[in-house]
Amino acid sequence: MAEPNRPLSPHILIYKEEITMVMSIMHRITGVGLYAGTALVVWWLAAAAMGDGAFAVAQGFFGHWFGKLILIGYTWALFHHLLGGLRHFVWDLGKGYGPERYTMAWATIGGSVVLTGIVWLFLI
Amino acid sequence: MVQLTLPKNSQPKKGKTWPKPSGDKVREFHIYRYDPDSGENPRIDTYFVDLDDCGPMVLDALLYIKDKIDPTLTLRRSCREGICGSCAMNIGGLNTLACTKGIDEFKGAINVYPLPHMPVVKDLVPDLTNFYAQHRSIKPWLQTKTPEPRTEWLQAREDREKLDGLYECILCACCSASCPSYWWNGDRYLGPAVLLQAYRWLIDSRDEATGERLDDLEDPFRLYRCHTIMNCANTCPKGLNPAKAIGEIKKMMVERAV
Repeated sequence: MAEPNRPLSPHILIYKEEITMVMSIMHRITGVGLYAGTALVVWWLAAAAMGDGAFAVAQGFFGHWFGKLILIGYTWALFHHLLGGLRHFVWDLGKGYGPERYTMAWATIGGSVVLTGIVWLFLI
Repeated sequence: MVQLTLPKNSQPKKGKTWPKPSGDKVREFHIYRYDPDSGENPRIDTYFVDLDDCGPMVLDALLYIKDKIDPTLTLRRSCREGICGSCAMNIGGLNTLACTKGIDEFKGAINVYPLPHMPVVKDLVPDLTNFYAQHRSIKPWLQTKTPEPRTEWLQAREDREKLDGLYECILCACCSASCPSYWWNGDRYLGPAVLLQAYRWLIDSRDEATGERLDDLEDPFRLYRCHTIMNCANTCPKGLNPAKAIGEIKKMMVERAV
């Protein structure tokens, strides 16, 4: 540009946190989180294949409160990313761009918390 | 590229607090100031506007400040009725037109910044060169191959209706400057405003360059940096929906491939 020294105007730090934008960022973050969670699943399966000793160590970790906390986080990330993915699917069909976009965004965060709660309170 | 913090020369410093007028209805404004001649960083100045002596819109307040408090405050404005798009800026965290935004739509102090992630010429005036160049790049005019008719290019009523929600765009750049994808990749991603215009010509029944237009857009950056973040639709001061237009272009890409 003609004037390379021009300052850049403030952006993300002054922009209002809109629910749709926050859900988009969360979709990214949970997507990255799923890599870490999947690595844990691989560890658990590999430990089971390696024998009693290794499996006991893995089970011990996942049974510990800290291990459980990580698993709850993984469950939540999975549901959040799943619902976010469904939202993208709706958009790819050409729908969900109207005012319902706010409802869909709130449903993503609400739904992910509720589904995580159901899994951990009733299924485990 | 994603860069959450501002470069050193762009970080706003605390600015001056201007004298407060007397009166019961006084509203506080925090306004971004940048003086290219001073060589100093931008700053945030605090002003007080007597609402009993001022029109109802944010633009009225800015002109009150310019006329009665600080004539150096610089901003673009022209029509004062939401049709020229000159006074697009970030008010209270969202991009909008100062002339159609009521002061009473905010509680407490109102923050006023230039359109986000743009090079600043002065105060609230951003440099939109790149934005206009991108608009030019999509060839925003009717392209035809058949010989010109003696009279107008005719269009069926229902074909004309397809342009509703698109032709109203005033190119104020509120949506593009609200889009995080455009913030991080504005050099290669066309952004919501320009893509809405691209769609406006893609679905015009009179236009005969649809294929070429789609070819130009089929690119990981120019079109596909849209991740449906939806800031564009949330912020458009004309109530338009660039995200939907972009979704329609993506659908056209799929439809012509399958």
